[in-house]
Amino acid sequence: MDYANQKLAEEKVFKDPVHRYIYVRDQVIWDLINSREFQRLRRIKQLGTSYLVFHGAEHSRFSHSLGVYEIVRRISDDMFHGRPEWDESERLVVLCAALLHDLGHGPFSHSFEKVFNVDHENFTREILLGDTEVHQILMKVSADFPKKVAEVIAKTYSNKQVVSLISSQIDADRMDYLQRDAYYTGVSYGHFDMERILRVMRPLEDQVVIKASGMHAVEDYIMSRYQMYWQVYFHPVARSAEVILRKILQRAKELHDSGYEFAQPPTHFAAFFDRSFTLKDYLALDEGVMMTYFQLWMNERDPILSDMSDRFVNRRLFQYVDFDPGKDYRKLGELASLFKKAGIDPDYYLVDDSTSDLPYDFYRPGEEGERLPIHLLMPNGDIKELSRLSQIVEAISGKRRTDYKLYFPAELLVDGKKKAIKQQIVEMLKEGGV
Amino acid sequence: MLQEHAKIVDFIATADGITGRKKMQKMIYILKKLGVPFQEKYEFHIYGPYSEELTARVEELCDMGFLSEELEDKGSYVQYKYAVTKEGADFRGTLKESILDSPEVAGKLNGKSSRFLELTATLLYFDHMEREEQIEKLHIVKAKLNFTPDEIEEAYGFIAELRQ
Repeated sequence: MDYANQKLAEEKVFKDPVHRYIYVRDQVIWDLINSREFQRLRRIKQLGTSYLVFHGAEHSRFSHSLGVYEIVRRISDDMFHGRPEWDESERLVVLCAALLHDLGHGPFSHSFEKVFNVDHENFTREILLGDTEVHQILMKVSADFPKKVAEVIAKTYSNKQVVSLISSQIDADRMDYLQRDAYYTGVSYGHFDMERILRVMRPLEDQVVIKASGMHAVEDYIMSRYQMYWQVYFHPVARSAEVILRKILQRAKELHDSGYEFAQPPTHFAAFFDRSFTLKDYLALDEGVMMTYFQLWMNERDPILSDMSDRFVNRRLFQYVDFDPGKDYRKLGELASLFKKAGIDPDYYLVDDSTSDLPYDFYRPGEEGERLPIHLLMPNGDIKELSRLSQIVEAISGKRRTDYKLYFPAELLVDGKKKAIKQQIVEMLKEGGV
Repeated sequence: MLQEHAKIVDFIATADGITGRKKMQKMIYILKKLGVPFQEKYEFHIYGPYSEELTARVEELCDMGFLSEELEDKGSYVQYKYAVTKEGADFRGTLKESILDSPEVAGKLNGKSSRFLELTATLLYFDHMEREEQIEKLHIVKAKLNFTPDEIEEAYGFIAELRQ
């Protein structure tokens, strides 16, 4: 039997708290799971710094990737199987893409990408097409198979139904992470009737639509997405940790560029500081490696790097106030000057953060041609955008909601030095809206 | 601080307002590909390169009062029109220098249809490929739009013009 159709002698199962069991019968999937690049995902947390707020949120991209695979497996093998609009020959490519869709994520991905100006999607592509174990496994299916999987993940694959299952406004990726993140953070939001949604999904022309009778299950999903966004993904304290993480990397880079002699040289980061990195450099990094550096950098001579590292490792996070940039953006400049006068570097210790800095989104129908919305399939065969029929979704998606915070080290503003200036800063921050 | 926001305001002011979110998405993507330092992250969507970060940032700018947003109901969809407000013009001043070296580029982009910009942005998305492969890929991902050889040629010409 050819490798693409080869089945395991005995089905393997992973016990999973979200889906109960994850079933693997295909040899290809089993081999991919056991590859070193996929195993690396065990060492990268799904929710980055959120564990500093929700202590249970230590789950990895490994478990999320298995979860996405399992949802897609059920859609492909149970829900879409036998439907004339679904091309059965796409089964293996969609399963592999589901399993590997996050393969290029790095440690504390969002901050890392921002500071070093890299994109995990490019690394995913490089892992799939480069000199890796994953590539070797995919090549055993066929010479063009790695490229096909890469195209599905990059959303440029010819079959849009396949792309939609992995990446759309209601896809397996979101369905898994909402439930998984809810489970591990312990919050009561994030739950919805996935069984029902899977049963009402239909492949139709170049998209996947939802039968109109399933609208209420989708409303529930949209509500979960909205609540998780505001309550978990955009939690202000997790954002504080993210701000500090970004500043550690920024400081280490600045020191490296200025020729500073590290007591603990940043060997694993050097190629990223110099923008000469290879895929091998990237794969050598994980959160364990980064945390080791942060521990060691707590003893660096540079006071900012050691302080920032200590803040992250020991959870001495920045405080925050709400501010209204529309009214108060000029005051930010004044505040930065006062920080300088107080001997506190505002580039590191006064940081603004807003909703657009976050790699999550909530549902917006948008305008035609902007992004494909969720479409409902009416009994007469017509297609309607969800918010046109659902008052709940219309209410959520039609209302703009944003959030701006200003982060600062509260305890540095009350110590004995340069008291008058610090008092002035505190007063400005207390005024509200900075 | 808020410099990424200021860059968007600066660009919309230079373009003298923009009609259509899709158009704005593609204009900024094209400029980013040409080296203009916008930081918004783009991914490929059904309609070509799209940035959720940009969508969120524009919402924030409207919320801050730096951009005005007019909404026009077109029946089966809505269209948005953006312009810089007086407060936005003041805020723009926080940027040390304009994001564009040549302001006329904004006008050139704004003068094109959103279909043409979608075509141009999609070709640029595949610019790591050889031209033949690029066009083949374009026809796969945009099969329904049926771009003609003349349109494709015009888009390549436009890219070359912008790069000068």
